[in-house]
Amino acid sequence: MDTPVFKGRLFPWLLLLPSLMVLAVFLYYPAVQTLRLSATASNLITGNARFVGWENFTDLLRDPSYVQSAALTLLFCALVVSLGLLVSLSLALLASSVRRGARWYRLALIYPYALSPAIAATLWLFLFNPEVGMVNTVLGDLLGIRPRWLDTPGLAFGLVVMAAVWKNVGYNVAFYIAAIQNLPKDVLEAARIDGAWGSRMFWRILFPLLSPMTFFLVFANLTYALFESFALVDILTKGGPVMGSGGATRFLMFRLYTDGIENYKTGFGAAQAVLMFLGVALITLAQFRFAGRRVQYGA
Amino acid sequence: MALKVRVRPATRPTLRVDWTEVGKHSLLLLACLIVVFPLLAAVIKGTQTGAMVSGASLKVAGFFWSNLREAWVSANLGVYMRNSLIVAVCVTLGKTALSLLAAAAFVYFRFPLRGALFALVLFSLMLPSEILIVALFDVVTRLHWTNTYAAVIVPFLASATGVFLFRQQFMQIPSSLAEAARMDGAGPLRYLWHVLIPLSGNTIGAMAVIQFVSAWDQYLWPLVIIRDEAHQVVQVGLKGLSSAAEGQNWGVVMAGAVVSIVPPLIVFTALQEQFSKGFALGGEK
Repeated sequence: MDTPVFKGRLFPWLLLLPSLMVLAVFLYYPAVQTLRLSATASNLITGNARFVGWENFTDLLRDPSYVQSAALTLLFCALVVSLGLLVSLSLALLASSVRRGARWYRLALIYPYALSPAIAATLWLFLFNPEVGMVNTVLGDLLGIRPRWLDTPGLAFGLVVMAAVWKNVGYNVAFYIAAIQNLPKDVLEAARIDGAWGSRMFWRILFPLLSPMTFFLVFANLTYALFESFALVDILTKGGPVMGSGGATRFLMFRLYTDGIENYKTGFGAAQAVLMFLGVALITLAQFRFAGRRVQYGA
Repeated sequence: MALKVRVRPATRPTLRVDWTEVGKHSLLLLACLIVVFPLLAAVIKGTQTGAMVSGASLKVAGFFWSNLREAWVSANLGVYMRNSLIVAVCVTLGKTALSLLAAAAFVYFRFPLRGALFALVLFSLMLPSEILIVALFDVVTRLHWTNTYAAVIVPFLASATGVFLFRQQFMQIPSSLAEAARMDGAGPLRYLWHVLIPLSGNTIGAMAVIQFVSAWDQYLWPLVIIRDEAHQVVQVGLKGLSSAAEGQNWGVVMAGAVVSIVPPLIVFTALQEQFSKGFALGGEK
């Protein structure tokens, strides 16, 4: 792509200026600030900051409730990514393989994409409300049980996982269907003739062809599970119920928000942000190394 | 072995049932039912009132408009929806414009630090704004933007995804076109406006869907920076509604929730074609 068509020394900078300014002021400057704050015990409201070096980090890593949060977050991410992609890929393949009605199935499966995490959480909060929720009304009538979904650690964790997976099915299916529609037609024909999506066909041909999309979706779902699921937790469980040395759904992002914003422990929150960033960077790096070998027909 | 006598009449119509097809349809129907159910329940509960809401009844009643009116007026939903609409439209338009300009600079010009700047733009993918909320709160407060639209619009105007996708798109357009435009004396901006943008419809549409939906869905940042009802967005506003709800009010909450899904649904439906074509990630390069 060596096509320097237009000439100009200043002009390209002019074109880039708006984007670069936004990035500088609202991304890179705060990033540097976060790093600086993480070495202080500071409070933005009172305005005092005291240099403490590594203290925030050692405090965090020695705190069993922080370690528990990290472990629960990891488990949560693993479940949301694996369950979400497994379900979505199966559904996208199924919906693309039927001869009739494919349009309608796609429509029904993709619409949750329009749902926000906050709305999804609101719907689930009502459905699983122990007193007036439909789930318990039905369970109570049929089986005589009325589980306290949001007050039982295991159930609450499971519920947040399910809500998170459900909310993202639309997004994942939408992208997988787009990828399937863009596959070479003859491959799909061959797959159909050879006993429609047999497991060998799938692993040998379809899965490799779809691997660039899977690669992208793993990353997208990971950031979703780490950051956007904040709304689910904030509305459904508030990090609770109590379990071990913390809350059963007190994931890292929720912690960062409560410590850094609600409790005004700016330096402490910034240190958590740095640790989260390192986690994201590590996972991304691992993913790229892994994918370098595995992803074919790279996108 | 017993002797088998064919008794089947030759004229019987052959009704071949394709069982794999039946199996697929039943699986899909079941999946769709599970996926659709929470929203369907919300729509139905949004039409109910009184004791019906807290029961298991899935009968459609006629109270949707009165529920919605209550949410819209007494719970401020109207104001929240307007705010979200302003924010989402501004973010979508701004992001698209800024990434188009940046992508054009990267593809059609040679200048010092070009590679480094592109890396700088892409690296922003590794820095989700959620991680930065503590420091971002500080920056935006010092700009005196607390409780303004600018606080929830401007920080999100640069887009690594946008720059990357538009760059890919521009690189697929034959450079002879740009050469010809330059010969005819057209500047880069005219070329962008008259050639590149019309040729990039699918990518622009796909980006618009993603950006509108993600701007509409914002929750954490508005929760942090907007503490004033008059500027609050719908995602955070509805939380106030649902946390105050008990028993029968849930009909009002559900009516409000359902209506708040309508704008992204409209955008998504309108641009569905572009959305699926704009992401040829798995297909040809």
